[in-house]
Amino acid sequence: MNTFLAVVFDGVVYSSWLFLMAAGLTLIYGVMRILNIAHGSLYALGAYVAATLGGAWIAAGHAPAGSFAMLALATLLVGVVMGPLIERGLLKWMYGKDEIVLLLITYAVFLILEDAIKLVWGVESKMLSEPYALPGNFQIGGLAYPVYNLVLIAVAALTGLALSWALYYTRRGKLLLAVIHDREMSAAMGINVDRVFLVTFSLGAMLAGLGGALTAPMIAVSPGIGVEVIVLSFAVVVIGGLGSLGGAALGALMVGIARSVAVRYWPEGELFIIYFVMALVLVARPRGLFSAPEARKL
Amino acid sequence: MSALEFILALALAKGLVVLGLLLLMRTGLVSFGQGLYFGLGAYSAALLAHRAGIGDGALMILAGPACAAAVAAVLGLLLARYREIFFAMLSLAFSMILYGMLVKSAALGSTDGFNLHAKTFAGIALPAGGERRVFFAVSVVIVAIVTWALHRYLASHWGRRSAAIRDNELRVEYLGASVYRVVYVNYVIAAALAGLGGAFAALAVGHVDPETTYWTTSGEFVFIAILGGTGNVLAPFLSAALFEALRTVANQYAPNVWQMTLGVAMLAIIMFLPGGLWTLVRRKAA
Repeated sequence: MNTFLAVVFDGVVYSSWLFLMAAGLTLIYGVMRILNIAHGSLYALGAYVAATLGGAWIAAGHAPAGSFAMLALATLLVGVVMGPLIERGLLKWMYGKDEIVLLLITYAVFLILEDAIKLVWGVESKMLSEPYALPGNFQIGGLAYPVYNLVLIAVAALTGLALSWALYYTRRGKLLLAVIHDREMSAAMGINVDRVFLVTFSLGAMLAGLGGALTAPMIAVSPGIGVEVIVLSFAVVVIGGLGSLGGAALGALMVGIARSVAVRYWPEGELFIIYFVMALVLVARPRGLFSAPEARKL
Repeated sequence: MSALEFILALALAKGLVVLGLLLLMRTGLVSFGQGLYFGLGAYSAALLAHRAGIGDGALMILAGPACAAAVAAVLGLLLARYREIFFAMLSLAFSMILYGMLVKSAALGSTDGFNLHAKTFAGIALPAGGERRVFFAVSVVIVAIVTWALHRYLASHWGRRSAAIRDNELRVEYLGASVYRVVYVNYVIAAALAGLGGAFAALAVGHVDPETTYWTTSGEFVFIAILGGTGNVLAPFLSAALFEALRTVANQYAPNVWQMTLGVAMLAIIMFLPGGLWTLVRRKAA
């Protein structure tokens, strides 16, 4: 029973992390029809900025608790700087191209950012362990867990709730839904689609940055951390149905729990199981679990 | 074997994979998972020597495409129903499944992979130290044959349907042709080509590892395909040769900005030369 509980808890922690990544990806796809490969680099960027800011904060002798504020600042920076930079600087000129061409464009951005990160931060890994160690541990059935895991779950849950509230209960959110439903018609009705795109992409970038910033204290931040993350979040988003927030949450839970069960009972299958779940879902529902049927256009 | 020969051998191997991608792209499909068949080809050739003890180069070269085509014949039944981004993502998922299995299998050397040697070719003993030169010569001949065959295929009745499918699937169906069947056949051909490329790459390098199936490898193939364009069956090989040569130079002088260069080149191609480098060749000829 205890191991079962531990497995589920591990799964939920991993799911929360996956959800943060997937939420941004699915949001950008839903609104802009861009499957953003550069999402992985934005995640890595969030982790690097967080590690740098947090490190500087601690080195300056401020209270370690303040390093949490640095994580938030890193998230904000990635969203506010990188989002507009990529959207206004590049993607804006590419709208109207095929989805697959847009995918290749973000792949190019991914390649550029990977090296840019190496040029700025070097190839040495960065550590920022204070936020992880600070809140201490708690027990589940005799096993010690860092409280930081609970922070991760809470942030993911709050982000999910805030996003769905903003989408379904605010005026701006409803405008966004209108753009998702029919871009041309929304523009004709006077919605500033240009601005909606900018805000959406920046918000998505911020979510990637948030994922990175929250991960930074748990790992050694080193080159290439974004490469694995991007395919994982793809898997989650595709399972849930591209563009669906609820789908991303369910996809994250499925992948997270499947992985933690595999890690416990069949360690060799850890990677296998994630993509196997994805393939299985796609076989049964070609467009993911929560996808609206699309009209066939001649 | 000189460095130049090595670059060319790899370029031919990768060119074969990209030739398969060209066929898919002519059909309107982009696969982000050709690494699956590239890796399968490489591993089946290597395993033949390493496990089964059959160190014959000719059999190894046959095993690559045979194994890849067999797997594609099954997966293709499913994948031929998918289009666009879903096709790209599902093929990616399948390649990552193989990657996940290879990485975790200690028997196959896990992330390190293992070495392979071929002692004979079609029953004839290979000269010690000259094996790779023989394989290189063989790959030149086979690539020439395969490329010519694909060129004929694309010009054939069946091959021209591929382009029609890219333009408008529904109309092809209305005209009474089976889109599914064309996509399926093209998918299996592309996989066999990738498997052949994988076998040649394994023989040229003398080593296989799971990296061959990772999504970045598949991404590299897509990059080479975009770079060369889909205008001609020779484009993949020119583009692959250019890619490998550039990589060798970059590794020497600027290893830290190699990916960045690729990214910028890709953006430039998409923006200014949507038909790939082959447009330049054709423009010159005209």
